[in-house]
Amino acid sequence: MIQAILVFNNHGKPRLVRFYQRFPEEIQQQIVRETFHLVLKRDDNICNFLEGGSLIGGSDYKLIYRHYATLYFVFCVDSSESELGILDLIQVFVETLDKCFENVCELDLIFHMDKVHYILQEVVMGGMVLETNMNEIVAQMEAQNRLEKSEGGLSAAPARAVSAVKNINLPEIPRNINIGDLNIKVPNLSQFV
Amino acid sequence: MSDIVEKTLTALPGLFLQNQPAGGPAAAKASFSSRLGGLIRGITALTSKHEEEKLIQQELSNLKATVSAPTTTLKMMKECMVRLIYCEMLGYDASFGYIHAIKLAQQGNLLEKRVGYLAVSLFLHENHELLLLLVNTVVKDLQSTNLVEVCMALTIVSQIFPREMIPAVLPLIEDKLQHSKEIIRRKAVLALYKFHLIAPNQVQHIHIKFRKALCDRDVGVMAASLHIYVRMIKENSSGYKDLTGSFVTILKQVVGGKLPVDFNYHSVPAPWLQIQLLRILGLLGKDDQRTSELMYDVLDESLRRAELNHNVTYAILFECVHTIYSIYPKSELLEKAAKCIGKFVLSPKINLKYLGLKALTYVIQQDPALALQHQMTIIECLDHPDPIIKRETLELLYRISNAQNIRVIVQKMLEYLHQSKEEYIIVNLVGKIAELAEKYAPDNAWFIQTMNAVFSVGGDVMHPDIPNNFLRLLAEGFDDETEDQQLRLYAVQSYLTLLDMENVFYPQRFLQVMSWVLGEYSYLLDKQTPEEVINKLYKLLINDSVSSETKTWLIAAVTKLTPQAHSSNIVERVIQEFTISLDTCMRQHAFELKHLHENVELMKSLLPVDKSCEDMVVDASLSFLDGFVAEGLSQGVAPYKPHHQRQEEKLSQEKVLRFTYLALSFSSSGFTGRQSPAGISLGSDISGNSAETGLKETNSLKLEGIKKLWGKEGYLPKKESKTGEETEALPIPQESIMENVDQAKTKKDQCQVLTQSKEEKEKQLLASSLFVGLGSESTINLLGKADNVSHKFRRKSKIKETKSGETAHSHSMTCSSVSSLSNVSYDEDYYLNTLQDRGDKELKKFSLSLELLDSEPLTELPLVEKLSNCNLSAPSLFADNDMEIFHPPQSTAVSVAKEMSLASSFLEETTECIHSNLMEVCNNETISVFSYKIWKDDCLLMVWSITNKSGLELKSANLEIFPAENFKITEQLGCCLPVMEAEGTKTFQYSVQMEKPFTEENLSGFINYQMMDTHSVQMEFSINLSLLDFIRPLKISTEDFGKLWLSFANDVKQNVKMSESQATLPSALKTLQQKLRLHVVEIIGNEGLLACQLLPSIPCLLHCRVHADLLALWFRSSCSTLPDYLLHQCQKVVEGS
Repeated sequence: MIQAILVFNNHGKPRLVRFYQRFPEEIQQQIVRETFHLVLKRDDNICNFLEGGSLIGGSDYKLIYRHYATLYFVFCVDSSESELGILDLIQVFVETLDKCFENVCELDLIFHMDKVHYILQEVVMGGMVLETNMNEIVAQMEAQNRLEKSEGGLSAAPARAVSAVKNINLPEIPRNINIGDLNIKVPNLSQFV
Repeated sequence: MSDIVEKTLTALPGLFLQNQPAGGPAAAKASFSSRLGGLIRGITALTSKHEEEKLIQQELSNLKATVSAPTTTLKMMKECMVRLIYCEMLGYDASFGYIHAIKLAQQGNLLEKRVGYLAVSLFLHENHELLLLLVNTVVKDLQSTNLVEVCMALTIVSQIFPREMIPAVLPLIEDKLQHSKEIIRRKAVLALYKFHLIAPNQVQHIHIKFRKALCDRDVGVMAASLHIYVRMIKENSSGYKDLTGSFVTILKQVVGGKLPVDFNYHSVPAPWLQIQLLRILGLLGKDDQRTSELMYDVLDESLRRAELNHNVTYAILFECVHTIYSIYPKSELLEKAAKCIGKFVLSPKINLKYLGLKALTYVIQQDPALALQHQMTIIECLDHPDPIIKRETLELLYRISNAQNIRVIVQKMLEYLHQSKEEYIIVNLVGKIAELAEKYAPDNAWFIQTMNAVFSVGGDVMHPDIPNNFLRLLAEGFDDETEDQQLRLYAVQSYLTLLDMENVFYPQRFLQVMSWVLGEYSYLLDKQTPEEVINKLYKLLINDSVSSETKTWLIAAVTKLTPQAHSSNIVERVIQEFTISLDTCMRQHAFELKHLHENVELMKSLLPVDKSCEDMVVDASLSFLDGFVAEGLSQGVAPYKPHHQRQEEKLSQEKVLRFTYLALSFSSSGFTGRQSPAGISLGSDISGNSAETGLKETNSLKLEGIKKLWGKEGYLPKKESKTGEETEALPIPQESIMENVDQAKTKKDQCQVLTQSKEEKEKQLLASSLFVGLGSESTINLLGKADNVSHKFRRKSKIKETKSGETAHSHSMTCSSVSSLSNVSYDEDYYLNTLQDRGDKELKKFSLSLELLDSEPLTELPLVEKLSNCNLSAPSLFADNDMEIFHPPQSTAVSVAKEMSLASSFLEETTECIHSNLMEVCNNETISVFSYKIWKDDCLLMVWSITNKSGLELKSANLEIFPAENFKITEQLGCCLPVMEAEGTKTFQYSVQMEKPFTEENLSGFINYQMMDTHSVQMEFSINLSLLDFIRPLKISTEDFGKLWLSFANDVKQNVKMSESQATLPSALKTLQQKLRLHVVEIIGNEGLLACQLLPSIPCLLHCRVHADLLALWFRSSCSTLPDYLLHQCQKVVEGS
């Protein structure tokens, strides 16, 4: 099972953080930092696997990473995953990103963080590999976008109607109260004057 | 109708309003998304962490305001969420937005919902309370007709979902397994898998549906279901053997390229699917020849097909090799797999090399020759720049280590150890080195130095077992005493050298080990005097960097050395300095030392040299105070009462009254009154300690450990703790570690001769030293297999050998004959124990009882012979002992025959009941009276048998038992027999029932007979009965136990140290069951429940728990005396006294 998927740049700035196992917020941050330091130490020409840091569970977990230009993609997995399989899964994920964003770069990951998450959701779901077929993932993403667009027009209208009704009702209530208050206050004031 | 029209009409203006300022939301959107951009740009422009923090805090407070403002539209909320996600990712708290994320998922349209769900899955965890608010939304979306909504709901369910709410969505998700869309089915399968992980019992009923998913027409769904199967087969492979065929077929099709081209990845058909399937096959075929045979073909096929030179084919190959080595072996396949491993190991690609090493590590247990084949590669990997590769290589070496290559391997491990900084790596490696060193150490110096390295590097992070084991090894020694002394001496010397070095800091645990060893074994030194050693210890004592825990170890060592020292200057200085220490613990130790120092004789007896392994006999019952207690009691002092009893008395008014009565009776009867029934019945009320055992018939006051509530513990436990808790660890300076490294190197250099590049040669040498002993199977010592190589440091067997060879001889005879008996209720240990316990006199009785017991397999002539041998040999063995009792005038053959007839008469009855062995209670030249006890379920049956040894007729032999206060004795058979023919036997049976509780009581009686009308002879005898004879197992269920437990008020707790031979719970309980006749109700983990009853019906419950070698006993009963008594008995049994 995949425990976590981390993407950070060469300076250790996180670009995508996804945990499939529960860690408290602070520990998550520490794991990102620790992983970054573990990975940074390594040259490009040595192997892509290393043992997980002490925070994530030591030698029972493997970190499998790939380095693309400015970004590190790190998958933290337990012993039930095949190292080489995961290595290629990272490749699939990155290639899919490339297809969806057309020449993906770090900025795409920053500005379309939500979209990256949606793509990832199609590849890995709840720590399990869901889909490894790139075309399938891209098709799924496109289908989602298309459905949203077409539904956006249709479903938005009733939604808008509802919110319009709500908006009409809301301002009325305070107005009534205000009037009431004024009515009471005025005689009091006049007495003092 | 009009209503609807009206509503529509009222809604219209709102719609128009929304649509009219088209720029409104768009502008808002633009401004919001640009705000995200602005934020990010702002952050990237910043240089310091501090500024970033300021900016984000500001951003968060803005967001907080926007999010909670009622005017914020869902669209704006969506943008806010994305920014919140960003802030959270950077590690800032955005918890104020969580509730809004849930709201967004609830209310938004598809796009907004998607963001809402994403935010929820990133922000919350499974146990978050807000998650419950999401359940309704999820249920609604699961029922939606919109595919995207269903997908989103399934995704969120598989990411996070509260366990207790699973039933709410389970039926909906089950329905989705039949959905027409493949993607929905696939996600539903994974969601169910998630449920299986977090709440397996809730999805048990849908295992059949998983099977359906496995047979799904869509490959994706089938692949998803494999996740579940890997998991379930791992948990229980035997339940899924029937699916082997299906998995094999699927794999065959995948490998054969039957899948749509869509599934190819770099023209490899569905590699991830193949990996999963191979895993499953490996799990299924493990240790199962039949199942394995089904998969040989397809594995062969996989190996053959995976020839393309892409990364992912190696993934498949690796998995294939793994599977081949996991399942029942087939030589052909193994050969091919070995070749494959070669491909990995020799690959220039570092990832593959790593996996090759991993595979080698895995297969090395089955195929050590493979390591030999790749030895040169392994050597290269040892010096690889990548630490991960090195680690894996060391792991491999660890598994091929043996007595011959140990030096080199450990040296390599130490080298790596010095380079690594990761704590878990150090802990792991240090443990391995210590294990290897202990197992294969070639000589003393090497062993000590390696352990020094382990201690100095492993420091305080290592597992506490390591220093413990090391010290125990030193203390217990091995089979050869001189060897032991040398090892100890070497350790002492090496520590002294280490301590001589200036400015070196050792981890605390290392110092603790040193101080213990120096304290125990400095006497072995001939050059240095104890004073010098004390001086060194003193230097450490006044060192500030030494922890106070270590200082107590140090001062303990000083204390141990003090009796050996001739001059006491330094000791006095220590005393002087530390009696005013601010640390109370140190002060305590210093005062102890001071007082002991004043009494050197006591000190020497208290701290004997080289006795760390011998158990100190502690008179826990404080018998030496007995006179004092007696004196006090006779003067009317109130007797001591244990704590639980005092509490009890506080609670119950009645008891107080009873107590006053007792105190009165006591003062009247004085000290001797303890034997009065009243005193007995409330033994613990009166003088807790002394009353019970004081009742023993022996004249001397023997008070073995009843209560250890107060007493000598002040200084006795100190000694115990020294052997008991050396839990620490340590390091040495670089120089000495490298010493042997250098040695090894120089050795290598010497061997080096001409030709070949120096480096090459070195590697080959290293290889030959590493892989020595791997060639032939016989010498290989692989982990996990039985060790047949003799180890230098093999622990002594724990069973203490019997001291005297003679008794050992007779024991073994006893053993052999006893074990041949089918209806022996006690096992031979019992006989052995009792035999050891009792004196030589007993031997005779034993031999008799043996004859008796052995008489069943009468036909076996050799046995009888053996027995007669035994009888014959006994007098000669014990010729100089008080053996005059043992002089049967008749030939042994006769006596054997006689006993046999006697035995046959009672064995019929005793077969179903537990009985004691036969004891002679009295005899003269004419008759012998034997007696034994039968512990019947409802009473104690005493049997006396009178044997006429003379050739003459006895007349009116009669046996009578004196009435006893505590017993009700009922005669079972007529016991008066007018005539007893020559060499006949007569038995008398009495059932004994207890009337009042007691601890030990004598049952006495007499026998009289007339011989040839001449005179009548009367002989008296007595037999000792203990309360134990009236204890019976109480067979109850755990439930009843629980109820009873709560209903009983009297409880007693005590920790008892278990003897080594039975240091596990089951064996301890077994002993209790056998010796005390307790019923084992249940064993739960390290706790055990036992129950017994005192006849006629006083129950007593026992709860025990094991902590290391301590057994915590906790008794409860309705009777106040019983727990104390039983505790005493348990203590005796468990401590193996």
